[in-house]
This record gives sequence, C-alpha cells and structure tokens, in this order.
Amino acid sequence: MTENTPVPVNVITVSNLIKQFGRFAALRGVTAEFSGGKLYAILGDNGAGKTTLLRTLAGLNQPSSGEIAILGASKFHDICQQVGYMAHPSLLYDEMSGMENLEYFARLYGITSRERCAEVIRAVGLDPELVRPVGQYSQGMRQRMSLARALLNDPKILLLDEPFSNVDTHSATEMVRLLARTRDQGKTLFIVTHQASLLEGAADEFVWMESGKIVGRTRELKRPERHGESAGGNLTGENSK
Amino acid sequence: MTAPTGITRVTLLKDLRLEWRSKDAINSMLFFSLLVVVVFSFSFDPSAEESRQIAGGLIWVAFLFAAVVALNQTWARELRNQVLDAYRVSPAPANSLFIAKTLGNFIFVTVLEALMTPLFVVFYRLRALGPAWQLLLVAVLGTWALVVNGTFFAAMSLRTRSREIMLPLLLFPISIPALLAMVQSTTAILNGEGARFWIVLLVTYDLVFTTVCLLLFETVLNAE
Amino acid sequence: MRKAFPILGVLTAILLSYALYMALVGAPTERTMGDVQRIFYYHVPSAWTAFILFFINFGASVLYLIKRNPAADIVALVSAEVGVVFCTVVLVTGPIWARPVWGIWWTWDMRLTSTLVLWLIYVSYLFLRRFSSSGQTPLLAAALAVLGALCVPFVYFSIWFFRTQHPQPVMGGGGSIDPRMLHVLLINWLAFSCFAFLVCWSRYRLEKLQRDVDHAHALESLLAPRGSVR
Repeated sequence: MTENTPVPVNVITVSNLIKQFGRFAALRGVTAEFSGGKLYAILGDNGAGKTTLLRTLAGLNQPSSGEIAILGASKFHDICQQVGYMAHPSLLYDEMSGMENLEYFARLYGITSRERCAEVIRAVGLDPELVRPVGQYSQGMRQRMSLARALLNDPKILLLDEPFSNVDTHSATEMVRLLARTRDQGKTLFIVTHQASLLEGAADEFVWMESGKIVGRTRELKRPERHGESAGGNLTGENSK
Repeated sequence: MTAPTGITRVTLLKDLRLEWRSKDAINSMLFFSLLVVVVFSFSFDPSAEESRQIAGGLIWVAFLFAAVVALNQTWARELRNQVLDAYRVSPAPANSLFIAKTLGNFIFVTVLEALMTPLFVVFYRLRALGPAWQLLLVAVLGTWALVVNGTFFAAMSLRTRSREIMLPLLLFPISIPALLAMVQSTTAILNGEGARFWIVLLVTYDLVFTTVCLLLFETVLNAE
Repeated sequence: MRKAFPILGVLTAILLSYALYMALVGAPTERTMGDVQRIFYYHVPSAWTAFILFFINFGASVLYLIKRNPAADIVALVSAEVGVVFCTVVLVTGPIWARPVWGIWWTWDMRLTSTLVLWLIYVSYLFLRRFSSSGQTPLLAAALAVLGALCVPFVYFSIWFFRTQHPQPVMGGGGSIDPRMLHVLLINWLAFSCFAFLVCWSRYRLEKLQRDVDHAHALESLLAPRGSVR
C-alpha cells in the first residue's frame, strides 16, 4: 500500500447536482466530495441515478443545474486527457481486433506508440497479438479490452459503469485485482456496479444511491439505515452495527 | 497531442477499414445502385428522345437515393456499442470526426456513382457535347453538397425518433438549390451549352454549407 | 401588457375589415384579369409576412445558439409555425388565381416556386421539432434553422436563373403597378402583419404556459419522494 504519493484532496466535488430528463428527475440534488487515491463503489437499485451520475461526471450529460469540479476544472473537456471512461457496452468496434481498436483510440489521445497499446492489453491479461475481432470475444474478454482502452491515456480518474456485468467470475476477479492495483498507484476509481460483493475487499468506500440522491457512504458493505429522505447526500460515515 | 488533421486521417482510415471488413454493406449498396438504374430505365424509356434530354436529372436523382441509403449506414456504426461516447470523452475535436465522416461518405458515394454512371451512359446512349471534364467537376461539387449536408443531418437524426426517415426529410428541402444546379449543369454540358452560373452556384453553396456545418457540428454532437 | 392584447385585437379586426373592403371593392378592377386578380391582395402580403416571420425565426435561432435563451427558442418555434401557415396561404391562393386566368393549376414562377421550397424547409423544421426528444430539440432546431435560412438566398438565385432560362407565366406584380393598387396592397400587408403578430403573441403565451406547467411538474417530481408522483 503506497500512501507516500501525495494525492490532491477532493479530486471530484459535486454540488447540488440535478439532472432531469423531461419530467423524470434522475439526479435530485447530489452533493459530495471525493478525495483522490481511493476506489469508490457506487451502489443502488435500478433507477437510483448511478449511471446518470457517472455519465454527467464524464461530460456525456449536461447537468440541469448544480456544479461539478473535476481536478479543479468545471468543464470536462479541460481535463479529459486525465479521465478514463468505461461502460457496460464495450465502446469498441466489433470488426477490428483489440490492438487495432486500441491503436485508434490511442491516437485520439495523442498516443502514437504501439508499445503502449500492447502494454495496456497485457496489463488486463489479454494477448496483444490476437487478431480475432472484438465482436467474437467473450463478454469477459470484451470488458477487459474495454478497460484497457480506458487505461490507455494513464488517467488519474477512472469512471467505470457496470464493468463486471455478464462477466465470468474469473475475469471479474482479475479485473478487480487490476483495479485495486491501479488504485494503489494513486489513481481514483468510481465503479458503478450491481455486484457489490466483488468489490468487498477492494473498495475504500461504498456510496449508496437511491432515487437520485446519495443516501449514505460506508466503509463496509452494509446498506445504511434509511433515515428518511435528507436534502442532498450527507456523509454518514461508518455504520456501527 | 495529435494534430486534428492526424485524427481526421486516422478516423477516415478506420472507417474505410471497417467498411471494407463488413463487405455486406458495400455489396448491398452496390446492388441497390444497380437496381435503381435499371428501374429508372424501365420507368423512363431510354430510347425516347425526351429521355436523353432529362438524363441529367435522372442520374442525379438516382445518386440522391443511393446517397441517402449510404449516409444512414455510416453513423449507425458509431451507435453500436456506444462507441461514439468513447470519442466524445476523448480530447479529439468534434470537427475532425465530422470531416472524417464526410470524406468517408464522399468516397463511398463516389464509388456508387462510378458504378451507376457507365450504366446510365450505356442505357441512355449519352454523349457529352460539351467539355467532359466539366462533368467531372459538377460530379465532385454536387456529391460534396449532398454529402456534407447529409453527414450533418445524419448526425442530427441520431437523436430523433424515426431516425432513417428523418435524414431524407431534412436533407431534401435544403438540397433543392444544389440539386437544381447539379441537374441543370449536367444537362447543359451534355447538350453543349454553358453551365458557368450553375457551377459557380455549386461552389458557393459548398463553401457556405461546409463552413456552417463545421461551425455547428460540435453543438449537434454534444446535444444529449 | 395583458390589456394591450384585446385592444390590439379590436384594432386588427378593424384593419382587416377595412383591408378586405378595399381589396374586394375599393381597389380598381384590373384591366386584363378582372376581379379574379383581387386575390393578389392576399397572395402577395402573405408571402411578405411569411418571409418576415422566417427571418425572425433565423434571428431567434441565432440568438438561441449564442445565448441559450429559452424565450428565443419559443420565438423561433412560434415564428416558424405561423410562417408556415402564411406560406400555405400563398401556395393555395396561387393555384386559385392561376386556374381561371391561365387555365393551369400551377406555374413555376419565381414567387410560387421559392415559396414552395421555403414551405418545405420550414415544414421539415417543424418535423424535427416534433421528432426529437425534448432535451435537445431547441439546439438541433436552431442549427437546422440557421442552415435553412442560409439556403434561402440560394433558393432565390437558382430559381431566378432557372426561370430566365425557362420562362413561365408570371403571376402578377411583374411590371409596374397602379399606385392605387399599391396602396391597397400595403394596407393589406399592414393588416396581415398585425394579425400575424397577434397570432404569434397568442401562440407564444400558450407555449410559455405549457412549458411553465412542464417545469412545475418536473420540479414536483424533483422534490417529492419517488413513486408518489406520476
């Protein structure tokens, strides 16, 4: 465990974030601060707003109101070089091989080195020489390749939306191990998932969302008591039970 | 940081490679173009003298149909697996994507035109009485006019219901002046008359709309 | 402002009645075409009014693109809708006029053809507004409006040149015009403009109310516990 790398406090700050799609309010006032070098697991039922929160952080959604500050910047585009994003769809071209996919996306980040692509592919436990198109991969392989894509630019922050969905247990455990290692290198990770048990050993904090708000943050995998609706998300700290 | 032109080039090459790999799309497009020519030949009797007068118009309408089918295809690839999100979160500029897509569409539609034109010439026994190089110029300018607006509207219709019908619905009205120019200039050149006004109109149209599409594309891409 | 509406309404009604009288009775009868020509006093002012409304749509759309002002979006929507209506009037009165005079239903003359293309462009604009989901509609529509407006000069130029190469019967107003007729024309235009303004204002208020209701609903769903609203 390396704690000697100084990490910036409050890597992401969210202030009364509201996101509405027509009459449906996906985020209803999310306020939170997240410090660097941690692995946050974002949990909650369907419709809790987890994906919307992540997509808003990734700059793919414009908030209806409220503020976001990522690495000190209010516009995602200013720091996009330092963020990696991954979702349940693979964000890869099915007809190209893993290496070809990564070489393309690397160029979008200004990376021209083939070796970097190969390195990242090896890091997720796949073979860079594999010419099979990504569309023929198993779900586990596909998600791992997608993760490799997210790691290409060596981002400080990783936003992962359901990375383990439909993935076989072996691949999932490998991914968690890799993600924990990434956190140990000083990066900050936000992982939305339904499979909280996978992250039980690795996550530094569990962020519980419900009905578009953060209802609790815990160190252990225990759902916080319902205190009724509180305005905005509050840090409830550890659950002593 | 890769220069924007580098990103355009890589994106274009990637698109061409993907197009080549999924040969189904190309083959069906080519066959569709052939069908269009044949159907037109049955509808507008090529042996009649009048048909040769309107051949200029027929060709361009055929190109227009082929272009619409092609244009609908090329953005569809970015929707699968939400790949477009990967582009949007990267530092790559929106305009590089637009230019790459437009160039890719231009190449694709030109290939279709290259197939259809000899067929038209043969079926309708066309002969250019005017300078043939001007026909090439009109083809390039006209195709660009269709493709630049088409790519823009195809991107716009990604965000709408009934995506496939929205593209021609938006594209056709705005393309009318350009279509008129394409058809009139083609007919004029085939008949040995001057087409300068129409060519100048096409050049101006291309310049204006390429510029405005470039200015507005980023807004359209990020409208969620 | 609320008081002004009925007053303006009455004034417009008076103006329209006067204009109608002048068009049907007051204006001199045209020498060659006779009384049929009187439809000219509806055909031409409608075209001018539509054109102004589309110009307003362009301005509002540009304003929206720069400032993201929701009022500008409503103005754009309203001016397009009312503009399309006036365009339709032009396209309907055209054939009504052409048939008795020239024996044909349609003539590809400059005004009629340009109006047709304009009508197509702005109807496609209205389709886009209807088919896109509410979050992005203002932005996409504004982008389309700018492209459509830029197309207008090209429409006019291309049809003008096309017409000089392939002359067609011209529908009225080709050469000089009797000053008394011009007078009636301008009165009708004024009346139409006032009417258009009233309709736009009404529609604007209606749309604004609708949006306010939607906002209130959205706010309610934002604050209330999930599942209790719907």
